[in-house]
Amino acid sequence: MFTQRINGLLCMPGLRREVNRLFDNVLGTMVGEFPFPVIGQRAFPPVNVWEADENFFAEAEVPGLTMGDVELFVVNNELTIKGERREPESDVRFHRQERGTGKFARVIRLPLDVDSESVEATLKGGVLTIKLPKAKSVLPRKIEVKG
Amino acid sequence: MTTEMCERPVQSQLNRVERTPCDCRYSPCVDIVERAEELTVIAEIPGAKNEDIDVRFENGTLTIHAKVELRQVNGTRYLLSEYGVGDFHRSFEVSELIDADRISAEYTNGVLTLHLPKTEAVKPRKIAVETR
Repeated sequence: MFTQRINGLLCMPGLRREVNRLFDNVLGTMVGEFPFPVIGQRAFPPVNVWEADENFFAEAEVPGLTMGDVELFVVNNELTIKGERREPESDVRFHRQERGTGKFARVIRLPLDVDSESVEATLKGGVLTIKLPKAKSVLPRKIEVKG
Repeated sequence: MTTEMCERPVQSQLNRVERTPCDCRYSPCVDIVERAEELTVIAEIPGAKNEDIDVRFENGTLTIHAKVELRQVNGTRYLLSEYGVGDFHRSFEVSELIDADRISAEYTNGVLTLHLPKTEAVKPRKIAVETR
């Protein structure tokens, strides 16, 4: 087992998620749903975040949602994803019910500030992709050397 | 009613050439709903294309297989990695009598909905009570 710190984010998915849940519960950023994960039912959609030269990318699997069901907020280095999954039908008999329902909210802290004005998001086939350009102030600047 | 199948390699699967670099298969979350007329299977299969979803119903076994292309290049440096991307696969044994010819499927916003109509024999029937 290994733990690695990259840019201030703890890179051990399982533990990271648990820590997130713990903090989310304590800070009350989780809206509705169960306070603890239920096996087979996800309280909030899983998220992948990766970094390229000038952008961060976040991707979440949100099957069944359309852009109208999702709200995104970006402040400094924090990305908030909020959404609502429709409640299941009530007058039918379920043989299996594994899909998550209800509201979710999730705050993701990035290692650097992002330019909130130029964040772009697309939702296609249940996959939400968010492109977060790093803020100009944190990008490396090439200094011209005068001869 | 519906029993989940254990992974059993079928000859056709053994012969199939693996397309993805890693043999990662994920099990989609499903809801199975029973209505008077049909069983409805709702499976979460984000990131697939209509033409890459294979649904089969054979000998009472319903199999869902969806190919999903990797969305990031190998070697991407993740800051947070909570799920993997790969094919979805799941199968169920359906003991209800299903009218196989009328099974229909639709795929919208990453959700696959299968309608499995019941055969006439198992549909609930209302018996008229006559007064004499």
